[in-house]
Order: sequence, then C-alpha cells, then structure tokens
Amino acid sequence: MAQRAVAIKAAGPAWVAAALVLALTVGPLVAVAFRAQVGSGLAAGDWAAIRFTIWQAVVSALASVALAIPVARALARRRFRGRAALVMLLGAPFLLPVIVAVLGLLAVFGRGGILNAMLGTIGIDPISIYGAAGVILAHVFFNLPLAVRLILQGWLDIPAERFRLAAQLNAPVWRVLEWPMLVRVLPGTLLVIFLICLTSFAVALTLGGGPRATTVELAIYQAIRFDFDLGRAALLAASQFVLCAVAAVVAWRITPVDGLGGGLDRVVARWDQSPLDWLWLGAVTLFLVTPLAMIVLRGVPGFLDMPASVWTAAGRSIAVAVGSTVISVSLALTVALRGGAIAQVIGVTPLASSALVMGTGLFIIVYPVVSPTVVALPVTMVVNAMLALPFALRVLIPAVQDVRQNYARLAATLNLTGWRGLRIVMLPRLRRPLGFAAGLSAALSMGDLGVIALFATDAQETLPLAMYRLMGAYRMETAASAALLLVALSLLAFWICDKGGRVDADL
Amino acid sequence: MLTCDDLTLRQGAFTLRADWSLSPGLTAVIGPSGGGKSTLLSAIAGFLDPASGCVLWDGRNLSGAAPGNRPVTMLFQDNNLFPHLTVAQNAGLGLVPSLRLTKDHSDRVAVALDRVGLAGLGDRKPNALSGGQQSRAALARVLLADRPVVLLDEAFAALGPALRAQMLELVQSILVAAGRTVLMVTHDPADAQNVADNVILVSDGYAHPPQDTGALFADPSPELRRYLGT
Repeated sequence: MAQRAVAIKAAGPAWVAAALVLALTVGPLVAVAFRAQVGSGLAAGDWAAIRFTIWQAVVSALASVALAIPVARALARRRFRGRAALVMLLGAPFLLPVIVAVLGLLAVFGRGGILNAMLGTIGIDPISIYGAAGVILAHVFFNLPLAVRLILQGWLDIPAERFRLAAQLNAPVWRVLEWPMLVRVLPGTLLVIFLICLTSFAVALTLGGGPRATTVELAIYQAIRFDFDLGRAALLAASQFVLCAVAAVVAWRITPVDGLGGGLDRVVARWDQSPLDWLWLGAVTLFLVTPLAMIVLRGVPGFLDMPASVWTAAGRSIAVAVGSTVISVSLALTVALRGGAIAQVIGVTPLASSALVMGTGLFIIVYPVVSPTVVALPVTMVVNAMLALPFALRVLIPAVQDVRQNYARLAATLNLTGWRGLRIVMLPRLRRPLGFAAGLSAALSMGDLGVIALFATDAQETLPLAMYRLMGAYRMETAASAALLLVALSLLAFWICDKGGRVDADL
Repeated sequence: MLTCDDLTLRQGAFTLRADWSLSPGLTAVIGPSGGGKSTLLSAIAGFLDPASGCVLWDGRNLSGAAPGNRPVTMLFQDNNLFPHLTVAQNAGLGLVPSLRLTKDHSDRVAVALDRVGLAGLGDRKPNALSGGQQSRAALARVLLADRPVVLLDEAFAALGPALRAQMLELVQSILVAAGRTVLMVTHDPADAQNVADNVILVSDGYAHPPQDTGALFADPSPELRRYLGT
C-alpha cells in the first residue's frame, strides 16, 4: 500500500512530544547518574532494601496469582446475579488511591481493626499488619483483582467448542484445556504484578519501614527527606531504575492487555462445576468489599467536620489531576497518531522509571535553582502525567490503528487529510478511548502519593498527602473522611471523562 | 477516457498487468478471488503506486496524484459512511471536505438525498438507517462529489439480491446516465450480464481489455470459461 493511503498522520508534533517525554523521563535519570556516588557504594541497609524489594514483589505476585486462579475459574464457569458487578468491582482497585486502600485494610486487619476485635473475643493475641506481612497483604489486595481479570480473559479465550468436545470425550478439562491456557497466561500476569510491586512506594511508606520492610523507593524517600543525602538517594534511584528497566522491557513484550471489563461478561458453559466456586467468590468479595465498607462507615460521620486544610488539599489534587490529564492525554494522542517505533519506546520508558526515581532526578535538577517545595505541584503534575502515559498509549494506539484500518481510504478519497482529517474523522472516532484514557489519567493522578511526598511541605499538600499526615497523627476518623472524599473524587474524575467520551459517540 | 498505459502493479510476488482504454458507461470487473480486481481499483484510486506504466485520465498522467486529488471517487465493501456524522454531513463531504456547508450546499445535499430516495432522512446517523439506505447515502455522496470516474469495490456485496438490483438500477440512472465512467467489481457474473455495458476479466495476472458484455458472454474466451466453470 502506498504511503499516502495512510492519511491523517502528523510526524512533526509526534517528535516534539517524544522529545518532551524522553527529556522528562531520561533527563532525571541523567541527573541521577551524575549525582550517584558510585565510589561509596551501597551500604548494607541499601542492599537489604534491594533484597526486600525483590522478595516482596515475588511473594506478592505469587500470592496474588495463586489466589486468583480459583477465583477466575469460578467466574468463568458460574452465572449468577451480581456477576457483572463483581467483575466491575475487580476493576475498581486500579482507580482506588493506594492510601485509601491502606486505611481500609488497617480498619480490618490493623491493631484496632475488626479482625483483632474478633480474635480478642476468642482469646487470641492481636496480630500486626505493619511490616512485611502488611506490605504483601496490601499488594495482594491491589493485584489479586488484576490477576483475576487477566486470567479470566485467558479462560474466556478458550473456544466454547473445546469445552463441549472435552465434555463429550470425558477428557480432563484441567489437563487438556485449562493448564495449557494458564501456562500461556501466567508468566505475563506474574511479571506485570511483580513490576507493579517493585515500584511500590505508598504501601511501603504506610505499612512498611524499618530495617526489614523498606523498599528501594522508600529508602530513596528517606535518604532525601530525613538524611538529605542526595548522593545516596541518586545511587538508590539508579539501582531502582536498573531493576525496573529489566522487568519493564520483559513485561511490555509478554503482558496481556486488560480492557477493564470489556468482554468479560461471557460465561463458559461447563459440565464440571465445584461448590468450592462459591466459597472462592464469597471470600474474594468479602476481602475486597470489607475494607472499602469500613472507609465509608468510619468516614461518613465526620465528613462535614473535616478541617478546611483537607478541602484546600482536595482543591490542589483536582488541579493537579486536571493538569496531568491534559498533559498525558495530549502527549499520548500525538504519539499514538504517529504510531510505529517511537510510540513503542515512549510507551515503555516511563514504566522503567518509577515516581521516586523521576522525583529524585527532578529534585537534583531543581534543587540548586529553586526550593523544591515551590515547584511541588507542577512537578507532581508532570510526573503523574508521565506515569499515566503508558496506560493512555495502550488504550489509544490500537484505537488509532482501528480508525486507520476502517476509514483511512475513505478519508483519502474525500481529501480528508491533515488537520481536517483529524477534526472530522480521527477525533470523533477516538472519543471513547480518549475519554477512557483521560479518566484513567485523572484517577491515577488524583490518588497518587509518590513524588508529592518528596517535594511538598504542608503548604502544598495534596489530598493523599494530607490523608497520610492525618494517619501519621493517628487522627483515623478524619483520615477516613478524607479517604472517602479522595475515593469519591477519583471515581468521579474517571466517571466524568469516561462518560464524556461515550455520550452520543455513535459507535 | 480512462487509460491504463502499459500498467504493471506489484504486491509482493503478485503481479497484474493492464493496457487498455475505457469509455464512459458501466463496466463490470469480474474474475476469480485473489485475481487482482481490488488491486486494479486501488491503483486507479491512487492507493497503490504502479511498478511501471501509468493511469491516465483524458490524456493526463495521474501518477503521484493523491487519492483525493484524482478525478476518481470510490465506494468500498463497508465503512463508506462515518458513523458519527449525520447522513447529510456524510453526503456533504462530497461537496466540501471541511464540512462547512453553506445554505446553497445544504440545498444541493437535500436534492441529492432526494434523488437517491432518502428525502427527509438527512438528520439521521447512519446506524439509524437500513443497509440499503446506507448504500443510498453513500451514493448521494458520490453524486455530489461529481467526479467523472466512480469505482465500486463490491460496494453492494452485503446487500440481498433484490436490494442489490435496486442499487445497480440507481447507479445506472444517476451515474451512468450522467456520462460517468463506472467500474464495478462484482462476484456475481449475473450482475455483469444484467447491467454492464462492458466487462473486464481479471485473471492469470492480466486485467484483460474491456469487451462488450453481450459479445463476451455469447462467445466466452477460455479464461472466462474457466472462471464461470462452463
């Protein structure tokens, strides 16, 4: 096919966008590399952080996937009222701010939580979720649903005819169909969860800490905030980058795509169902719903009595979310329209660079020029935009390809090229994926507790940071109210954008 | 006059040659699937650059002209309308690609919709139309685009026999009667026999020169016999 058949393609802006993304992701890395004190090497505590980071990511990934397999199987072969709601619930943790989930988990599993209250009545000593166990629990809470969705997709990809054939032949479904499917799906699922847990900061900040439960991200934060040792922070950031880059490159190649619920509503007709299915479905629902219910329960009473500072922080969070959404979606659109190799590179670069790594680099760059607290909000906005970019691209690249596939020739015969093609063909056809990508970016940015913790003081705190400080001061009721506000804002931001893309979209 | 001058098209290992001229009227393009019918139309529309030779319109060499700048308009098997635009807007794209329609333009769109039997349906979106009505809307756009060459690449293949006959009648009455050169790819030799003035058989790497339909089917060549299975 001749080149001009692929109408509506702008190369110039895409290169500018790509250069911008590379400057914002690779630039901080260069700063980190220059500043890292390689001579002094990593201290024993830093090696412990690296070991813990890898260990907890491996355990979290294995635990999430092991628990997800029976749940996904139950969802694949059972039809029941509320199944769609449960599948949707499994998509929620992606939009749920980490700090909110942590507070919910504390309300259930924490010292004063309902689990310890129940254990107390039967005379068992209270358990503590601070430390490694808590970090892994929180990671499973977030990644079990993701694992279920990815594995469920694998189950639904098995053609129904094969189950019929197996049933007719009385063949063992597990061995002939399910195990081969899992062998194909599990490596990608494990790897993507491993990668997510590798860059975990907010969970480690709130539940971890100490010599035996500090991740590299947390160690970077501590090196900057507590010791103000930029050289060591940079060295840690460089180690973290190497860890993530290796995992990200592998993960990008073999990761299955999660469409957040698209097409997961089918049920496979099966002739081998186990009553244990209900047990698994009940357990996972309870595990996901109870912490969220506790937030609502504890947050509602004091909701209107929250100090003004929380509302101000919410205002900042909204501003940051709006700014970062605009940046990430416009960059993603520009790059997706160009497609090809740059889109792939831009899609994977931010994955390799975590929030704290980027944050450290930017801190090193701005520190000599201006006080980091002054630029806390703009930096957060930009870093959040970069972190959301891979997700936005994963939504937009296939959508752009679809539009080209279906309408490039028609557009070419009608002279709909350049800006005109963008206005009349591309943008209207992309409304839904654009809305979805914007919703993801907005929700991710709204709930982010990462780079802001590195830069901000009380004067620039966003809602997640305000929540973290309330928790640190043991004002748990107020923190729960703030959590309720935060989760409402995140879901609302997603809903507004996603709905905006769907209304009158004519697909 | 549309001319393929010593034209050679190449797609991977596949080669197609054509060397003939075509006068206005309805010409059917028939031949085995994979034989290169769509490839021929792609080259005329400007989606495929010739390996050698060229396509001419009234003596003007079209090489290098973008699809939108050729005296050619084309309908595809599907996706001939943009689902997010109204029927009137879709048809109006034939007049003004920027979609900034003046009163005069809107009037002409209304007349065109009337001619294809869609009077009063201009405000609907395509998904509110039946398959036949969607084909009519696309034809309204072709009418408004006012290009001398019209390519139909199995444009009506998804329609049932009765609807397809209606569309061919419409093509006959609004496009062919107006003196346009219409090339129509079809899988059904009966379509060709019923409506086409000429037939181009595409087989064995050649787009054979157009022949009078009656004469061709009265005395089929060996290639045509093989394709028809007679």
